[in-house]
Amino acid sequence: MADLIAGVATSHVPAIGAAIDLGKTGEAYWQPLFRGFEPSKKWIADLKPDVVILVYNDHATAFSLEVIPTFALGCAAEFPPADEGWGARPVPVVKGHPELAWHMAQSLILDEFDMTIVNKMEVDHGLTVPLSLMFGQPDAWPVQVIPLCVNVVQYPPPTGHRCYMLGKAIRKAVESFDRNLRVVIFGTGGMSHQLQGPRAGLINRAFDTEFLDKFTTDPQSLVRLPHLDYVREAGSEGIEMVMWLIMRGALADDAKEVYRFYHVPASNTAVGHLILENPGLPQRRLAATEQQMSNPAVDAREEVVNHVVAQ
Amino acid sequence: MSDNGFDDIPGTILFDAERSRQGYHLNMFCMSLMSSDNRDTFRADERAYLARFPMTPEQQQSVLDRNWNRMLELGGNIYYTSKLAACDGLSFQNIAALMTGSTQEDYAKMMLEGGRSPEGNRSKSEWNRG
Repeated sequence: MADLIAGVATSHVPAIGAAIDLGKTGEAYWQPLFRGFEPSKKWIADLKPDVVILVYNDHATAFSLEVIPTFALGCAAEFPPADEGWGARPVPVVKGHPELAWHMAQSLILDEFDMTIVNKMEVDHGLTVPLSLMFGQPDAWPVQVIPLCVNVVQYPPPTGHRCYMLGKAIRKAVESFDRNLRVVIFGTGGMSHQLQGPRAGLINRAFDTEFLDKFTTDPQSLVRLPHLDYVREAGSEGIEMVMWLIMRGALADDAKEVYRFYHVPASNTAVGHLILENPGLPQRRLAATEQQMSNPAVDAREEVVNHVVAQ
Repeated sequence: MSDNGFDDIPGTILFDAERSRQGYHLNMFCMSLMSSDNRDTFRADERAYLARFPMTPEQQQSVLDRNWNRMLELGGNIYYTSKLAACDGLSFQNIAALMTGSTQEDYAKMMLEGGRSPEGNRSKSEWNRG
């Protein structure tokens, strides 16, 4: 049986991908951000998942206004990185897991989530930046990836509650797959940011902090948050945070936060990052992980505060 | 859109159904710039290239003027207009600064200092006081 063992939330800012691809990660502007992901890279290298279900949004790349699926599941064997107007990112082709993806599609549709099945799709920074943040720059990605594309560009996106419930159905689908696979789910996008209009540049640290605080232990208080609140408080593109709730719904109610990082800015965006583990992971790993995680997390938070104050 | 609250958020243009209908061809023009051949053709003669798309004269003018806020008001979406920006060699942060009426330096500094605060930026009534 496949096991859904952990969740990762992270922003997917395109400028982060550009910084990695252009070798700028050591620059003063970027160094604090990338340092915040070092423990995460160690964590996932140790965890060695077989498959990542990667929840993200397409940014007018694979889909345009011609077709706007609310939830699209990538069932192909591979997904090439897209040319988003400045050449494709120099990252490996993303290998899918068609058997599990098709199993999920069937299970989700029979569970009354009307998924769009996608057999041909290029993937943009929304998917490849989280992979780069977690896995660095390998010759081949060390996991198979099932893309789950959510519309958050055309209003209205799905509600937070719908996303959360989809997450629960995803867990059921994964755990009814008759193969021994270790599966991690990524929820990406956010946190507060607004890319458009005279109010561009909005960052709401208080909103983001409360979202991070409630996400693991009290997600019920977030799932009914209206779209209006996201847009007003976290910016027009802050609405992407509903995608994190798919990840949360897919994990156990008593999943545990083992790492947190927050940093402002990456270009126009507040970067948020969480790692959650389901109960049942070998205790040895969990303990080791906590030990590895706790200090860097605190350092990272101090770093962020210092960074902002120093500027 | 008048009674659902979104219209009261200042400086923010929600890409809703009405704007999507209005802006379809404007956005699909931007989408066409994903191809480098199309970018070259557009750069060679912007007006001629724009004439291929059934956009309104106002929409065409907003593109020619690179009036980034006006494009959004006429149904453009930021993820599409950013493709026009990329064609011009501008980043998301570059056009964000332009849309806020700020210099690049001031905008970048604001972001480094923690971004634009939500205080005073939640309701149009807060922008109209001054």
